[in-house]
Amino acid sequence: MKGVLVVAEQLRGSVRDVTRELITAAAELGGPVTVAVLGADPAALRAGVDVAGVDEIVEVRTATAEFENDVYQRAVEALIAERDPAAVLLGFTVNGMGYGPAIAAKLGLGFASDVFGLAREGGDGDRIVCRRAMYGGKVHAEVELPAGRPALIMLRPTAWPAATGPGGAKVTQATVGEPGSSRARHREFAEAPASDIDITTAEFLLSIGRGVESKDDVPYFEALARKMSATLAGSRPLIDSGWLPSARQVGQSGKTVKPKVYLALGISGAVQHLAGMKSSDLIIAVNSDPEASIFGVAHYGAVADLFDVARELEKLF
Amino acid sequence: MKIVVCVKQVLALGDEVEFTDDGRDVDPDFLELSLNEWDAHATEEALRIRERSADGAGGEVVVVTVGDESAADVLRRCLAMGADRAIRVEAGPGALADPITVARALAEPVRAEQPDLVLTGVQSSDSVQAATGTALAELLGLPRVAVVTRIDHTDGEPTAVVHRELEGGLVDVTEVDVPALLTVQTGINEPRYANLRAIKQAREKELAVVRPSPAGQPACSVRRMYAPPRGEGARMLDGEPAEIAARIAEIVKERLS
Repeated sequence: MKGVLVVAEQLRGSVRDVTRELITAAAELGGPVTVAVLGADPAALRAGVDVAGVDEIVEVRTATAEFENDVYQRAVEALIAERDPAAVLLGFTVNGMGYGPAIAAKLGLGFASDVFGLAREGGDGDRIVCRRAMYGGKVHAEVELPAGRPALIMLRPTAWPAATGPGGAKVTQATVGEPGSSRARHREFAEAPASDIDITTAEFLLSIGRGVESKDDVPYFEALARKMSATLAGSRPLIDSGWLPSARQVGQSGKTVKPKVYLALGISGAVQHLAGMKSSDLIIAVNSDPEASIFGVAHYGAVADLFDVARELEKLF
Repeated sequence: MKIVVCVKQVLALGDEVEFTDDGRDVDPDFLELSLNEWDAHATEEALRIRERSADGAGGEVVVVTVGDESAADVLRRCLAMGADRAIRVEAGPGALADPITVARALAEPVRAEQPDLVLTGVQSSDSVQAATGTALAELLGLPRVAVVTRIDHTDGEPTAVVHRELEGGLVDVTEVDVPALLTVQTGINEPRYANLRAIKQAREKELAVVRPSPAGQPACSVRRMYAPPRGEGARMLDGEPAEIAARIAEIVKERLS
């Protein structure tokens, strides 16, 4: 059976968690698992990927320390040509979005992204079937990737548990030719503005979403949160609109939170939002749409108008 | 300064879902059509770049979509916002099946425009592959940056400086050679509303219709679509708002005590 190539993701000298989730998925898929680690000093990242399930680590030395999409594309294309894997797994992440689809388009690979389930089918396991969501998570789809050519698959972060346990993989070094010129160059990182609130340490988050239809209503929920001794948080649309500061954003592009209680009012539950709060101890969701995705992760739910419920809650705290 | 914006007509589900007889898609009667949210931001950003560029009104914003006649609606919305021209790439059967195929259909019409910048949304709200823009950049041989929340570019300069929004709110400041393709994230701007006069004028504008480039082999195919398993799901609290609130208060207080 042909192998699976995992491309490690790293940021500022650390391997990101999604890498070990990709390793779990690769090991489940079957076939030898190779992890490619790119960096100015890839050996320094070895401990972050040498975990159970990995057969081989390929270290690719690059001229730049941080991610640049041309560099990753060139390296992964070279590894695909050399190793002819059944599947190449990337994270469905901002970095992955910058080069994964380009490789698939250039080499004519099978392709699917935001995938949360994988299986091999056919006599020699040559056909890969992915599970993913469509139409705002309201339906799921089984997607077949064509047999006979490699598939490039981008996996949803947090969909698989991270691989742990001792490794012991064989380590090889690869050179992928002259670095050439990178057309989109990393200059520096800019941090989000500092804030005096930290939603990641709060025990009780009152989180609001698109259901709050006007900026003028935000102060009401600030007051409600104070009354309930909760910390106010929100989903991406409210931060995009400038109604709440970015320090209060829950989700993949904001903060990952695990409070004792997460009370979501008017949040439908985009995948990126769920990834940032689904590990909360207790989730209660109020939404007017009975099909809202948030009810899939909530422990308690209510189909109701959030303002009606909020006005009643106000009296009880 | 010429900017091409690739936009998509997306399909949204209401509360009810039924599937087609072959089980491979949702019955179209249960879908509502609209301009993809990310593409509205991309169109707005193109208009703003045009407005502040050296040649001002001399710049041009061209919107392109792949789709059948119904997709003309999203082009007209972009025209009403202020885009100068619109092109619809005629979609044959399977033309929208996967993002790589869509990128192939877009490649020749976009290349023919010889744009200084190509903007797309990061992803579409219905298929969420976040792939068409990056795949298109490859087919056009353009440098690209995905998930952009800020674009600093002076007309005529050989590079642009953009903000790439990473997970957790960290920003990667990236310098990119132009011409380039950028995929635009929500939050970069607030898309403008079109006034009634502009909407009326957009209705009368002519839309160019072109044939797609050869499709090649599909990158994937849907074999089954289904309602997601509910899993354990939430325990639903029924009743009037007062009863729901009382139960929530009880549960919260118990958990935090």
